[in-house]
Amino acid sequence: MLRRAVVSLAPPIIFGVAVILLWQLFVTARHIKSFVLPAPSAIWTAFRTDHSRILTAAEHTGLNALVGLVVGTLLAVLVAAFAARLKIADAMVTPLIAALAAMPIVALAPLLNDMYSSTSTLPRRIVVAISAFVPVFMNVLRGLKRLSPVHAELMASYAASGTAVLRTIRIPGALPYFFTGLRIAASLSVIAAVVTEYFGGLQDGLGSRITSAVSATNYPGAWASVLGAVLLGLLFYVVAVVTERLAMSRRVDASQ
Amino acid sequence: MSTEAGAPTPAQPAVVLTEIGKTFSGRGRSVEALTDIDLTVAAGEFVSLIGPSGCGKSTLLRVIADLLPPTSGTVLVNGKTARQARLGREYGFAFQQAGLLDWRTVLANVELPLELHGMDRAERRRRALELLDMVGLADFAKQRPPQLSGGMQQRVAIARALAEQPALLLMDEPFGALDEMTRERMQDELVRIAAETSAAVVFVTHSIPEAAYLSDRVVVMSQRPGRIAQIVRVGLRQRADGTSRTGADIREAPEFFAAITQVREALRGRDGMPQTGSDDDQISIAKRAL
Ligand SMILES: Nc1ncnc2c1ncn2[C@@H]1O[C@H](COP(=O)(O)OP(=O)(O)O)[C@@H](O)[C@H]1O
Ligand SMILES: [Mg+2]
Repeated sequence: MLRRAVVSLAPPIIFGVAVILLWQLFVTARHIKSFVLPAPSAIWTAFRTDHSRILTAAEHTGLNALVGLVVGTLLAVLVAAFAARLKIADAMVTPLIAALAAMPIVALAPLLNDMYSSTSTLPRRIVVAISAFVPVFMNVLRGLKRLSPVHAELMASYAASGTAVLRTIRIPGALPYFFTGLRIAASLSVIAAVVTEYFGGLQDGLGSRITSAVSATNYPGAWASVLGAVLLGLLFYVVAVVTERLAMSRRVDASQ
Repeated sequence: MSTEAGAPTPAQPAVVLTEIGKTFSGRGRSVEALTDIDLTVAAGEFVSLIGPSGCGKSTLLRVIADLLPPTSGTVLVNGKTARQARLGREYGFAFQQAGLLDWRTVLANVELPLELHGMDRAERRRRALELLDMVGLADFAKQRPPQLSGGMQQRVAIARALAEQPALLLMDEPFGALDEMTRERMQDELVRIAAETSAAVVFVTHSIPEAAYLSDRVVVMSQRPGRIAQIVRVGLRQRADGTSRTGADIREAPEFFAAITQVREALRGRDGMPQTGSDDDQISIAKRAL
């Protein structure tokens, strides 16, 4: 177990460290100006001095991402179950959501900002929820629709109802698909939560810190907040993966 | 369950097929899979279907099971329409592919029909364990299907088909993936269970000895469109005095070899051309025809 973790974690870590070292070398050797590209050491210093404020900002952004992710995921599962069960719902809803998937959803942020008061976190959470909804919906629906012919015949031979098929085959069969969608949605929710803050409104999150640091030409400070956003995104992703592992360890995935 | 509640009277045949025809049509071309099938399977009777691949054996089983509607003709199962029989869960079906649910344990797979039909947890667990013991997989109850070999998965599927002690068992090449020793043991188990529960069996196989060993009658089918070429009466398990024979008795009896020869000749057909077995045989038929 530990050995496997080391084997799978070592290559990306080694690569990451190498990239940072090269970056540091490149910036110091070529005397690159900090507004073009600050050195990793400068970013790290800014991160260390600002870490408590970055943490507070990350809490605000993280809460928006979490609320949006949870709401978007729950809605996606509900609507996907509905679409899987009702042909008309599928025909009406699915093409619209596929179109939504092709659209940059953060583009809605300025519009939503104008609809709510400038102290509301709601427009941000709505954008996050829509962003998270799309991949979860698409994946869960695909999983729910998959029914192998032999399982269909088996259930028909038991005179099983559509609900029984949903409960015993479609839902457990869709579980791996759900987690694929959740993993994508977890990353997207942090991206959406940060980017929505670029368009004004409350000045309490990582996105706001990035924009205000940039306008004050404090580039290492901006990069320090970007680092905070990266760590927050990583946290969301890792939690999603760990949840998946825990849920799937009790069973063997059919698609493996 | 079905055997207790709706036990067919001895006079009531398990299956009555009258002038069954089945044509698959779609995308401009149609395949006539079955034509003019008339067959009656008595209650408790063991009937095998044998014939070249593609002659419609699986299609015929599906028509009996009400999984496919026939294009023409009528189906009666235990005196009811095929649909009523399906809704009344009067048959068990062992499909050609095991079709297990990979995320469930082997035990939970066998429990599936019992669970769907509302048997309480302790009771269905006990019954499923009993069935797994019978197919020799009690030690694998807690494993998941992907951890089992193909033959073992097929045995789980057979246990599942037997779970509700149906009055009619429909089996589509169920022993095809088993090694010879396991196959013989499963054949004996099947014969015993069918006799114990007085279930009728319609059994599709590619193996002539298997058909001869198991069956009261062997239905020999011919190719394109699938029809019944000949019905060979075998019935080796029953002695003239009414007592029954053991497996080894039958497998070494001269009548067994005589039955094999008879089925083989029926498969060859009147013109003496081989019809059975693999697709290679069909290619050689085609070559000869040229
Ligand atoms: N769902 C289907 N649609 C179209 N053709 C089918 C379908 N199922 C079976 N057939 C055709 O019907 C014929 C009989 O098939 P099948 O019953 O599977 O044969 P067997 O089980 O004897 O090998 C074959 O020619 C096959 O291609
Ligand atoms: Mg077949």
